[in-house]
Amino acid sequence: MLNLHKDHKNLVLLAFSVFVTLSICVAILPAYQMEEYEPIPGQRDLTASERRGLAVYISEGCVACHTQQVRNIEMDRTWGERPSLASDYYYSKKRMDIWRQSPSLLGSERTGPDLTDIGNRQPSDQWHLLHLYNPRLVVKRSIMPRYSWLFRISDTLSVKSDDVTLPRSITNMQGSDVIVAREEALDLVAYLKGLQQFSFEDYKSTMDFIPALSKGNVGNEKVSQGASLFQNNCAACHQSTGRGVKGAFPPLAGSLIVNNKNPETLIKIILMGYDARKEYGVMQAFAEQLSDEEIKAIADHERSSWGNSAPKVPLEIITKLRDSISKIQ
Amino acid sequence: MKKNQYIFTITLATLPTLLIAQTNTVNTENWIQSPGIIGTIFLVLLVIFLGIFIFIKRLNLYVGLLEKNTKDLTEEEFERRLINLDEKNVDEILELRQKGFKYKQENKQETTVQESSKTSGFIKKIVNPKNPLFDEKAKSTVKIEVSKELKEVIIWYLGASVLWLVFGTLVGQYVGMKFVWPEMDNSSWLSFGRLRPVHTNTVFWGWASMAMIGLGHYVVSRTSNREIFSYTRSKIAFWLMNLSVFLGNFFLMAGVNNGGGEYREYIWPIMSLFAIGLIITFSNFYKTVATRKISDIYISNWFILAALIWTIVLTVIGYFPNYQEGLGETVIQGYYMHQGVGMWFMTFTLGLVYYFLPSSLNKPIYSYSLGVLAFWTQMIFYTLIGTHHFVFSPLPWWLQTVAIVFSAGMFIPVFAGSTNFYMTMRGSWDHISKSYVLPFFLVGVIFYFVGSVQGSFQAFRFTNYLWHFTDFNVAHSHMTMYGIITFLMWACMYSILPKITGNEPPQKLVGSHFWLAFIGLVAYMISMMAGGTLKGLSWIEGNPFIESVILMENYWVWRAVGGSLMFVSHIIFGYNFYLMIKKRKVISISRSKTIQTQSN
Repeated sequence: MLNLHKDHKNLVLLAFSVFVTLSICVAILPAYQMEEYEPIPGQRDLTASERRGLAVYISEGCVACHTQQVRNIEMDRTWGERPSLASDYYYSKKRMDIWRQSPSLLGSERTGPDLTDIGNRQPSDQWHLLHLYNPRLVVKRSIMPRYSWLFRISDTLSVKSDDVTLPRSITNMQGSDVIVAREEALDLVAYLKGLQQFSFEDYKSTMDFIPALSKGNVGNEKVSQGASLFQNNCAACHQSTGRGVKGAFPPLAGSLIVNNKNPETLIKIILMGYDARKEYGVMQAFAEQLSDEEIKAIADHERSSWGNSAPKVPLEIITKLRDSISKIQ
Repeated sequence: MKKNQYIFTITLATLPTLLIAQTNTVNTENWIQSPGIIGTIFLVLLVIFLGIFIFIKRLNLYVGLLEKNTKDLTEEEFERRLINLDEKNVDEILELRQKGFKYKQENKQETTVQESSKTSGFIKKIVNPKNPLFDEKAKSTVKIEVSKELKEVIIWYLGASVLWLVFGTLVGQYVGMKFVWPEMDNSSWLSFGRLRPVHTNTVFWGWASMAMIGLGHYVVSRTSNREIFSYTRSKIAFWLMNLSVFLGNFFLMAGVNNGGGEYREYIWPIMSLFAIGLIITFSNFYKTVATRKISDIYISNWFILAALIWTIVLTVIGYFPNYQEGLGETVIQGYYMHQGVGMWFMTFTLGLVYYFLPSSLNKPIYSYSLGVLAFWTQMIFYTLIGTHHFVFSPLPWWLQTVAIVFSAGMFIPVFAGSTNFYMTMRGSWDHISKSYVLPFFLVGVIFYFVGSVQGSFQAFRFTNYLWHFTDFNVAHSHMTMYGIITFLMWACMYSILPKITGNEPPQKLVGSHFWLAFIGLVAYMISMMAGGTLKGLSWIEGNPFIESVILMENYWVWRAVGGSLMFVSHIIFGYNFYLMIKKRKVISISRSKTIQTQSN
């Protein structure tokens, strides 16, 4: 009938048309269908600076190592409070310009952490800038490249008032030189800080994470829980050694606040954040991200590690402080 | 054919069990019992077994040669003794011999028979191999006459491909080392995020594509029994595609890319150069096949023409903007990156193997109809499975399900293809000890089976849960793009180039190319698989992220070691290629010079 073994025209036409049909069904139609999604009510668009930052993010190839998708499986719970939805990408995945298409933000490798919610996890400008300038200044074992071309070296005297500089003590500057962030670095940081998973007020667990694979040992989970919570939430700035980063993030080892018999100040700082000392970066508030039990685990860990030895924090103090803070606000 | 039916029944019967096994609960304690994991371990063992098999075959040859060598040495020794005999001794021997004859005539054979037998039959040509390990194998004596134009075009394409291979893997090796030494350089043009796509795109569009199209010219012309329609068009396409790769890489390093989607990082004006090159190549090949001097279209041409037309469609769909806002782009990305591998590289390469494998063994392909079945199933199943790169993502669940189901369906074309090739090779294992062409084919074919089946396993629920986003993906893509495509390209090149140029590279260099590449790949693959698995388990356990970075450190070192071996093998291959295409020196003796020397 088609005589495919002898008729080259039929052969090529058949291969062509079946492939095109299948492609329409499996790629083009679903793609059109995905385009119909609308933004979540209340979700905000990217600012001009954030959009420029996104362009830097794409041009430096950050997507090669960083994903931006929280899958609906248990292990991804670390990266966001809910699985990502198609609408989450409504504003960020738009065609960039006539030359470049919609950015491939979802990614396919997770050599570095997922960035869906990095803005909530890490809201400090200073941390981001230092981390971009040299990741190993803040995360010792990081293998991320340095992005020093997003910064320039300038003389302290010629620094203008609105220039953002990096602390000279940690960046090892000679003479009166200082590292100044270029526009691109500031845009990129604005973009990264804007990466916050949109949280539903009335979020119902209609689509929850696929349950974890049942875990094997439950042995000394309690002990390691504080350490791993600290690692996930605090170590980026205060470092897993508890020593902090000189000139940017204060040490916890030997700290008077951490070792104080009365843990109130420590708990307050964790709950409300901290910006009292000029020489250090701003600390975010953790009241919304961490439960009382988690805060207790972290505080206990801090008070018993790196040579610190202070008594454990009673859970009631945390509950009480949280209540009084919410009353004030 | 009965055997095939048997294999298919088994495949079809086992498929449901494999899929049903997915519903059993798997946890971090007994993860090793998950069918995907067991299957993968089995496949890795298969590769190691293959290496051992080839090694033993070569070793056998070595031992045989050693034996021959000792025999030759004794003969040589004997000869030397004979030459060193002084006249007196010779006289003695001759006298003895004369006596012997006399005795013979007098029917008295009892005495001095021993001496006479010692000295008989010593005139024999002695072959004297200096180094039995790297002994020269039988050279392919067949020289195929091809037209000057065809030869030139093939050498152009293959030459460009070799340059891109060396450049692309140099970049790959460099970015691989950055995992171990992130502070290696501090230049924007050489940073990881920019160089990674340079590596992938160069080996895709530069190395493998140029090699395939170059070899395709030979196959299409040969199986149609006529010249290529237009060599000028071949050269135009050549310049367009190479320009595209060159400009594309330049822009990537300058920080201009299309949005970071894998394998479509080149911006559209640059990629359209490549697409035009593909269109020209397609029309050129199509017109050649259309005016063929044989009534049947050989199966290779099915694959080659289809690969070209599918890739043109694919590029258009991949770059057309209308449906790519929001997650539309992600749907297209999954489709595009999988089809890029499946419809372009895999399909085209299979077409080449259907010609080069039988021709280098000098026998027909085992089953023509199995090839046809593989063709149609390749088209249907491969097209539907792109979304398996986005399992558990916010893409529609039905799309993900289709992808997973048909990923399992990929067993059919893969079994059909690898059975066909294996059965063609069966009975020709002696070729392994004669030349390195068959080992290259064998590795390619086994990896076709291993890489593809492992890819299907990876789409299963637990294995995807465990391996997705980890370095295991990197292992998989090297098993396929390197183990399958690259090894098969080498096999085809080593089998055809000496025949059309008349120059054969020395076997010891081909052998070192083979072993360095193979051992390098196995080291690469196993370190990334083991590291990737541990990384996935660490994530499931909920450990802090940085721990998964720290635990990979040693595996990244081993990857760099494997990568270096692979890179060195490419330099050797480049040299071999040079030897193969080098014009033979024509020794011309000028008359005047000869006269001059004589008169002196």
